[in-house]
Amino acid sequence: MIELFRQARWDEKVVFDLGFARRRGFAVPKIETEVKNVVGDVEALIPQKMRRKTLPNLPELSEVEAVRHFTRLSQMNYCVDLGFYPLGSCTMKYNPKINEKLAKLQTLSMVHPYQDESTVQGILEILHTLSKWLAEITGTHEVSLQPAAGAHGEFLGALIMRAHHKLNNDHEKRTELIVPDSAHGTNPASGTMAGFKIVVVPSDESGCVDIKALKAAVSDRTAGLMLTNPNTLGIFEGNIEDIAKIVHDAGGLLYYDGANLNPILGKVRPGDMGFDIVHINIHKTFGTPHGGGGPGAGPVGVCKDLEKFLPVPRVAFDGKRYYLDYDKPHSVGKIRSFYGNTAVLLRAFAYILNLGVEGLEEIAEVSVLNANYLTKKLQEIKGYELPYADKRPRKHECVFSVKRMSKEKSVRALNVSKKILDYGMHSPTTYFPLIVEEALMIEPTESFEKEELDRFIEVMKNISKDAHESPDKILEAPQNTAATRLDEVKASHPKTMALSWRMYKKKSNP
Amino acid sequence: MKEIGIKDIEELYSDVPSKFRLKRKLKLPNLMSEQEIEAYVEKLLSKNRTFKDILVFLGAGCWPHYVPAVVEEIIQRTEFLTSYTPYQPEISQGILQALFEYQSMICEITAMDVANCSMYDWASALGEAVRMAVRLTHRMEALIPRIIHPERADMLRTYTEPIGLQVKTVNYDKETGQLNLEDLKSKISEKTAAVYIENPSYLGFIETQVEEIAQLAHDYEALFIVGIDPISLGVLRPPGEYDADIVIGEGQPLGSHMNYGGPLLGIFACRDDMQMIRQMPGRIIGMTTTLDGKRVAFCNALQTREQHIRRENATSNICSNEALCGVAAAVYLTLLGPKGLEELGKTIMSKAQYAIQSLNKIAGVKAPIFKSAHFKEFTVNFDRTKKTVSQIHKQLLQKGIHGGKNITEEFPELGETALYCVTEVHSKEQIVSLADSLKRIIEER
Repeated sequence: MIELFRQARWDEKVVFDLGFARRRGFAVPKIETEVKNVVGDVEALIPQKMRRKTLPNLPELSEVEAVRHFTRLSQMNYCVDLGFYPLGSCTMKYNPKINEKLAKLQTLSMVHPYQDESTVQGILEILHTLSKWLAEITGTHEVSLQPAAGAHGEFLGALIMRAHHKLNNDHEKRTELIVPDSAHGTNPASGTMAGFKIVVVPSDESGCVDIKALKAAVSDRTAGLMLTNPNTLGIFEGNIEDIAKIVHDAGGLLYYDGANLNPILGKVRPGDMGFDIVHINIHKTFGTPHGGGGPGAGPVGVCKDLEKFLPVPRVAFDGKRYYLDYDKPHSVGKIRSFYGNTAVLLRAFAYILNLGVEGLEEIAEVSVLNANYLTKKLQEIKGYELPYADKRPRKHECVFSVKRMSKEKSVRALNVSKKILDYGMHSPTTYFPLIVEEALMIEPTESFEKEELDRFIEVMKNISKDAHESPDKILEAPQNTAATRLDEVKASHPKTMALSWRMYKKKSNP
Repeated sequence: MKEIGIKDIEELYSDVPSKFRLKRKLKLPNLMSEQEIEAYVEKLLSKNRTFKDILVFLGAGCWPHYVPAVVEEIIQRTEFLTSYTPYQPEISQGILQALFEYQSMICEITAMDVANCSMYDWASALGEAVRMAVRLTHRMEALIPRIIHPERADMLRTYTEPIGLQVKTVNYDKETGQLNLEDLKSKISEKTAAVYIENPSYLGFIETQVEEIAQLAHDYEALFIVGIDPISLGVLRPPGEYDADIVIGEGQPLGSHMNYGGPLLGIFACRDDMQMIRQMPGRIIGMTTTLDGKRVAFCNALQTREQHIRRENATSNICSNEALCGVAAAVYLTLLGPKGLEELGKTIMSKAQYAIQSLNKIAGVKAPIFKSAHFKEFTVNFDRTKKTVSQIHKQLLQKGIHGGKNITEEFPELGETALYCVTEVHSKEQIVSLADSLKRIIEER
């Protein structure tokens, strides 16, 4: 049974068009009289030429107007607490509420990063313990919690590769970083940022790294390979032993992109498969909220030989007290101010406690079961083809192609995804991985029960039926969301683009 | 399991080579109930001492500012909190509009035209800004001030070492701390991609030679990058008015708690120049309409700069950012408005000035070292007390007061010096209490 969905559709003006001159939403504390008497006119303290002459054009709203505005905006935003969110590779799982409660504790929020170590033993203990747990989960020797996001972790990982080859006096030669054609876009982008040339290896007919091509690609110029396993098709790279051997024999390092770690928790560990460097997406696997794009956290674990390259400082324990260790001469340096997204990491600490060793393994199992259930059921529906279909099970996600629907009925993956929105669900990741034409990449996670999966299957059935019988119904979607299809060309065209209110005003009254 | 025809979940892992399978349980704790977790985490965190129970005068890149209740409430709205990056704009108008408003407000306070919807922090924004300057100028040197947070300078090196960029340091005037223009002139050349300054500086004073520096940078066709503390921009002249090309900074003061240093909010803005905009890192939200033209709406703009489209040719690898902190900043600035931001700037500056004067009265203490106007942070030198910063701070802490950041090792030429920070959260009584305690400690022999 598919329920009706209507997203809120407020005609909410841009905040600059709300409010009224001199209205205020927050009273700033007054300067105490005695302070005023001593200091005098504070404006006179600022050299004339450095004073702000005209106040910034900020909105002028009362508190209640501001609350109403942003609450209305929030109502026009879909989220995981509203329903199914099968964005492939994004692992949109439920974010436990207790973690939010804990992250608000003033014993964390009101602590400054440069406080004396004796005054921050609590948070240091949490960070130290969490890094040990993540090392155990990933099968690595030591973990740095500093990177602020997955891509930030990748950048650090690539820098560690560079530092490793540099120490071997090999870095001027080892300039190539290999990534599969099915890799996440961040992999090649991170490699480039770290100064590497990207070499792409194709996938074979089974959707995995083409071993022959990999052999041909490695050389004494190879710095390393970045790989996610299971890969972006949701398929486990069964040849991982050979892959690791080929890369290591060539003198390269193996990097694990942790975006797809969820389905193998407690089952198989990247470190045991031969990966030297591993990043973890805390905001995916460990259930911290994505916040409309961030903050996340992207800790990086490494094998013993690479430990010396991790960024400073490291949280250490001498048996009595926790402290920050800056004494790491081989470290790649600083990668983020202070120590990382601590408030996010605290949530992950609580998440692991909440699930425990059994729970984490069950997460992996249920997420894989869910993905395979969808794989099976969607294959039965006309128009959704599963490339690289064979007997192999999927792991966390599955990738379908609507190539035929697109050719025959002009209903593209984009249209299918927009129509899914009309049913009150988020759509899958579209047009990725690049090796699948008209791709829909679906990751159900463990957070949704069979009934919700069945609703999604029902939705996909309806869409298939409409696509084949009355495709116009699909092409005009979405209709039930806060906005119908957008003019995205206008948003990026130099003549019409409005990237700020200022720019919009300038263009509308030249 | 029945539906997919398996009897055991293990069948779904049959393709994982058995030699790699973990044959034991992970060494992790057993699960705890919600109630137990709460008690456990509360107990651990209670070992921390906070601004609520001790008096703290630390800043240096993460600052204590009051966070209005409305800000906390809005960013805890589950619709914002538990949503992903808005890849499907039709169903994500809320976060898109809020982030567009954030970008717009950053433009208003900095007097720039375009802002992205966040970088990880100030330091990574600096790394990205300099790399952007390299892409635009095809030059391989950057000039930064000697007075900069050493960690920020370190991160700039981490970010730019792989492309072979040379970072050179420009000295300061010993009296005032201001950038030494002669030194800048001697170091700037046709190789310079960018000249970077901070306002207020790391040591809290206001740099006043902004026009001269901008002119010099532009004479050599280098980019002029300015790092700011956004909470100062109600009273200080915005960098857009002194010809900055890129403005970066730390947005944490705008509605985010300190949280032991994270999350933070990297500000990144530039001028309305298509060449520059195309080289910007990070996600940018644009205003548009629905295809039928009936409704104003918002979506990701210029995505062809980004990693998910452009892969190894992207302007940056950033994907997850600090969007929710951006929403916090938008709510914060909406609540304050133009007058509120100005008043807050005056309050902060007055209190910092009051603290400077109070500390300066103590025999042997010099605050600040530099003869320049200071915003909310200032140096305190203890050379003439015959005690070291760490001795004094240790005793202060015993009295329940945490001194500023000890910068003696960072700037040996400044002697026994600490960087103190005073904001609107510090009351007059607390400042007096700091001065009294310092006086007593210093007078003890």
